[in-house]
Amino acid sequence: MMLKLKRDLVVIGGGPAGMAAADKAYDEGIEEVLILERDFELGGILPQCIHNGFGLHHFKEELTGPEYAQRYIDLIARKSIEVKLDTMVLDITVDKKIYAMNSKDGFMEIEATAIVLAMGCRERTAGAIGIPGTRPAGVLTAGTAQRFTNIEGFVLGKEVVILGSGDIGLIMARRMRLEGANVKAVVELLPYTGGLTRNVVQCLEDYDIPLLLNHTVTNVKGENRIESVIISEVDEKLKVIPGTEKEFSCDTLLLSVGLIPENELSKKAGVKLDQRTKGPIVNEGRETSISGIFACGNVLHVHDLVDYVTEEAVITGYWAARFIKDKYQKNSERRQIKAGKNVNYVVPQYLDLVDHDRKKTPLYMRVSKPLTNVDIKISLKGNTLLTFKQDYARPGEMININLPEKILNEEENIEEITIDIIEKGVH
Amino acid sequence: MSESKVLTCVSCPKGCEIKVEFEDEKIIEIIGNSCPQGEDYAREEIISPVRILPTTVKVINGILPIVPVKTTKAISLELVDQAMREISRVKVEAPIETGQILYQNLLDTGIDVVATRRIFAKER
Repeated sequence: MMLKLKRDLVVIGGGPAGMAAADKAYDEGIEEVLILERDFELGGILPQCIHNGFGLHHFKEELTGPEYAQRYIDLIARKSIEVKLDTMVLDITVDKKIYAMNSKDGFMEIEATAIVLAMGCRERTAGAIGIPGTRPAGVLTAGTAQRFTNIEGFVLGKEVVILGSGDIGLIMARRMRLEGANVKAVVELLPYTGGLTRNVVQCLEDYDIPLLLNHTVTNVKGENRIESVIISEVDEKLKVIPGTEKEFSCDTLLLSVGLIPENELSKKAGVKLDQRTKGPIVNEGRETSISGIFACGNVLHVHDLVDYVTEEAVITGYWAARFIKDKYQKNSERRQIKAGKNVNYVVPQYLDLVDHDRKKTPLYMRVSKPLTNVDIKISLKGNTLLTFKQDYARPGEMININLPEKILNEEENIEEITIDIIEKGVH
Repeated sequence: MSESKVLTCVSCPKGCEIKVEFEDEKIIEIIGNSCPQGEDYAREEIISPVRILPTTVKVINGILPIVPVKTTKAISLELVDQAMREISRVKVEAPIETGQILYQNLLDTGIDVVATRRIFAKER
C-alpha cells in the first residue's frame, strides 16, 4: 500500500528558504506544515558555508553559515514542525499532489493545500561552459569542493586554479589557501568580478591571490589527474587573444561559473519560468503561475545574501498561510514590473494581491553591468514617480528597494511599472 | 604628508567604499562609511587589520569527521597562518555543541576557538 498523506502546507527543501517559509506559515496559524528534505539534515547549503558574514541584516549579528542554519533548525524543532529527512521528491502535479520517497515511509503521495518550492539552485558545471581539453580528475565545481573540504573533511589539492569569480569561488580560494594550498589565480572572463566586493577584499587581497580579469581557461591538460591549465586573455568581445597563452601547473581546477535555480520539479508541475531569473514567474506573495504553488529562495532567483532569502521566504510563508486560510484575494488587473534599462531582472515580476495593510512592497533586482553613481527610477508610462540613489550598482550584488504603496494608490490603471537604473549624467 | 586609501569595508556584505586619510598611524579623516562599524573597520585596517578566522577541527567519533569553528574575536591577519597550524592539531570528541569552546587562548591572544555547529556522536 502506498502511504497517502494530506497536509495544509508542504515545503519542498529544508534550506534557509524552506525553513523560514515553514516557520512563518506556522506562526500564521497553519498547523499541518511538512518540510521534505533530501539531505540527512536541515540547513541546505548553509552547513558547508563555514565562513562568517551571515545574519547581519536579519539577526543583527555576524554568524557563520552553520550558526545561521542552527537558529532556524532550533525554531523548527521547538515548534514541532514536521520534517521528513532523506526524502526525495519525484514529482509534483498541477493539482498539488506530491510524490516522494524515503527508506522509512517508502513511496508516498502527499496532497497539499499549498506548496512552497524551496529547492535552491545548483552549479554550472564544466560541461555547461564547454571547457576545452581533457577530462581528468581534479576538475570540480567550487560548491562541491566546499562540501568536500568543510563537511566531509577531505584535502582536495595543493596547487589550485579557480575559473570564475562567483562568491563560492572567492570563498574557496581563501579556504584552500588556509588549508595550505597554493592558489595560483582566480580567472574571470568578464572585466569585473561575479562576487561581492567584500569577498574580493577578504578572500583574495588579504592573501595576495591574483585575480585575472578578462582571462579564461583555454585548455585543460592531464590524463588521470589534471596537471595544468592554459590561461589566455580575452578582448572586449570576450574572444581569446592569440599569443597570450600562459601555462599554470595545478592539481585542482575549481569552477565558480554561475548558479542555476533547480526547477525540474517546478517544470513537472507546469510552473511558468522567467527566462532571465531561470526561476518561476511570481506575484508579490511569491505565488507561481499555478494557484497555491509558491516559490522562494534560490529556486526563485539566485541570491547573494541569505538574509534576503529569509526575508523573501517570510513573505512567501505569510501569503501561503493566507492562501490556505482563504484570505487570499487577487485584483482583476495585474501590474507588471518591467526590467528596464540596465536592469537584468526584477522579482516579483508582477503585483496582483489585494492587501489593504501594505505600506510598501520589497523589490529585488540585479543590474546587467557595473554602474557608478546611479538613479534607480520607477516609472509609469514614461513618467518617473520615484528615484532612489545609490553610489554604485554591481551585477554580483542584488539591489533591494521598497516600492511605497502610496505612489501606486495615487495613480489609476497601472498596468506596467518600469524600473531603469541609470548612471547620472547619462540619458 | 598625509596619505589616503580607499577601502572596501568587510564588516557586512554591503561593502561600503571608505576613504581614509591618515598620516603614519594617525587617522585624519574617514568618509563613505554608512555605520559606526565601518569607522572602526577603517581605523583597524590602517593600523592593524584583523579578521574572524573560520575553519574546521577534527572530530573523534562524530557523525561527521570535522566540525566548523571560528575565533571568538577577530585575530590579526598576520597571525592567521600560525593560527591555522595551531588549530590543525586540535582533535575533539563528539558530541559537540554550537558555541562550545574547543581551544583556548589561541596564540596567547586571549581569543578562543568555538564550534559553530552541533555534531552528534556516532551511534555505537
